[in-house]
Amino acid sequence: MDINTPVKTIYGGHYDKYLPEWTAVTETLQGEFAEYLEEILMPRVDPTDVPVIHVRKSGMMAVLTRLKDGLGFSFLTDYTATDEESEPRFRLVLQLMNPTTKARLRVKVRLSDQETAPTLIPLWEGANWAEREIFDMFGVRFEGHPDLRRILMDMRWEGHPLRKDYPLRGYQVFLTPEPLDPELLK
Amino acid sequence: MSDSNPKNFKTDLPLDVARWGIPSTYDVTVKRDSDDIFEDSKVLVNIGPTHPAMHGAFRCMARLNGEIIEKSYCEFGYTHRAKEKLGENRTYHQFVVYTDRLNYCSALINNVTYAMAVERLMGIEVPERAVWIRMMCAELARVIDHLICVGINAVDLGAFSYFLYGYHQREKAYTLIEKLCGARLTTSYTRIGGLMADAPEGWEKEVKDWVKETRAVVDEMDRLLTENRIWLKRTKGVAIMNREDCLKYSFTGPNARAAGVDIDLRRDQPCMFYDQVDFDVPVAQTGDVFDRYFVRMEEIRQSLNILTQCADRIKRGPIWAEDKRTRIPEKDQVYNTMEGLIHHFKFFMTGFNVPAGEAYTSFEAANGELGFYIVSKGGPTAHRMRIRGPSFWHYQGLDPMIRGEYIADLVAALGSINVIAGELDR
Repeated sequence: MDINTPVKTIYGGHYDKYLPEWTAVTETLQGEFAEYLEEILMPRVDPTDVPVIHVRKSGMMAVLTRLKDGLGFSFLTDYTATDEESEPRFRLVLQLMNPTTKARLRVKVRLSDQETAPTLIPLWEGANWAEREIFDMFGVRFEGHPDLRRILMDMRWEGHPLRKDYPLRGYQVFLTPEPLDPELLK
Repeated sequence: MSDSNPKNFKTDLPLDVARWGIPSTYDVTVKRDSDDIFEDSKVLVNIGPTHPAMHGAFRCMARLNGEIIEKSYCEFGYTHRAKEKLGENRTYHQFVVYTDRLNYCSALINNVTYAMAVERLMGIEVPERAVWIRMMCAELARVIDHLICVGINAVDLGAFSYFLYGYHQREKAYTLIEKLCGARLTTSYTRIGGLMADAPEGWEKEVKDWVKETRAVVDEMDRLLTENRIWLKRTKGVAIMNREDCLKYSFTGPNARAAGVDIDLRRDQPCMFYDQVDFDVPVAQTGDVFDRYFVRMEEIRQSLNILTQCADRIKRGPIWAEDKRTRIPEKDQVYNTMEGLIHHFKFFMTGFNVPAGEAYTSFEAANGELGFYIVSKGGPTAHRMRIRGPSFWHYQGLDPMIRGEYIADLVAALGSINVIAGELDR
């Protein structure tokens, strides 16, 4: 028993309810952006709960703009990353929702170490802090981000804690509070 | 101290920067004009991280023009406990206790959502009684979370006695939770595939009595504050976050519904038995402090209705899914049989394996959408344990929300979006 086993009390009817929309969206994307799509994982076939669309970094903005403005997936539920410990190292993971039908979708972008990604603030202003958190935790940089600084850790911190090679034990002690840059309020 | 600092970090900042975070060179002098003394008088105000009105360790720096906030900059992270990293290095069973410390005002909802997230990856269906108890837990937690939110919001604006009405009921609810799992705040009540313990005999009847009492108290609170002229002046039209901005900033839960975003995951993405109970989803239109307060008050009533329905329909039965992988052996077995002892030892020392796969499981928590994105590559620990806390996105919306408002309304706005440091910093 795994993720593809239907569980009645945890979104039991979702697969049947959303399959037509998922199929329509993935077919539309395959028709329009075939050169940008790397692979598409579908639930019940692959071990995932919703379709996962792997997009090339070059087509990231185009596909996401189409998903947001044309295909109804206009709600950015979550934006995070994972460290896969193999090349390409990072995956940016976006959880999108259609606020009308409540269908969900996951978009992934593969990034190698030291590679930057375009900022998504033009599409969703809420992506601002999410990108800062990804930078803080994984060290992925975003081009065009207006304020790419650490968000959870101290500004003086060294290392990116959610990378898999980050040591689990150790100290970085700061004896003075973290100063706030007055430029931020100008 | 220097021994525990192997890297020997030093700061070469002047003392005033180190202490206050503001260099004295920054121009904070007030320009005085003969006609209007407040014209263009810029002042920086630092609120927090340990200011009583911030309710947790947040910091907000605001640039004021007179009393108006022109720009603000919010900082947090003071309660960061590396939960996502812990999720990658603890077994799925060990992680249950960490979920309590997300939104500590409604710890039971976090427990329930986390248990669902792992069960979904493993394809486990918990028995009916466990599902009903989980639903009751979630609604009980929602009521106490909303009571504390509206209560604290009122305290910040000067209505202290109102808060005490709600707080009294909240204490009684905590006693009910204590009967369930022995803890009041950090419950750790759910287990993967079941519950820590069954609800005691007659617990649902006690909940029903409490619901009846609370309904009367909520009505009384409503009469006390909702039509109060001072309350209306302090909250109506203050700190508006309209529908478009809510969608841009990924607002969910009562804060989004206050602005007309008609999404409630209990209704729109039904899990457990929410499709079998009858409840309404209150939605307001303006998105100001008053609407957020009003939506929460109405949600308390709806949650009380759900609680009554659950208490009526709950039946005796098993609370554990009979799945060999996750079932914790009974103590009788552990102490009296060798197989039981080995099973117990293996369960707690190495944990159970979760099949490879990934899932984003979300539930309507008291503040909004709480989601667990778990990537498993097999094995007893997760490859990635992402926690989507609603407060993270709500706190981000505070800056556009309070721009152009009075400094005194910052406190009202912050209290009304109910940012909880635990799930903000994780």
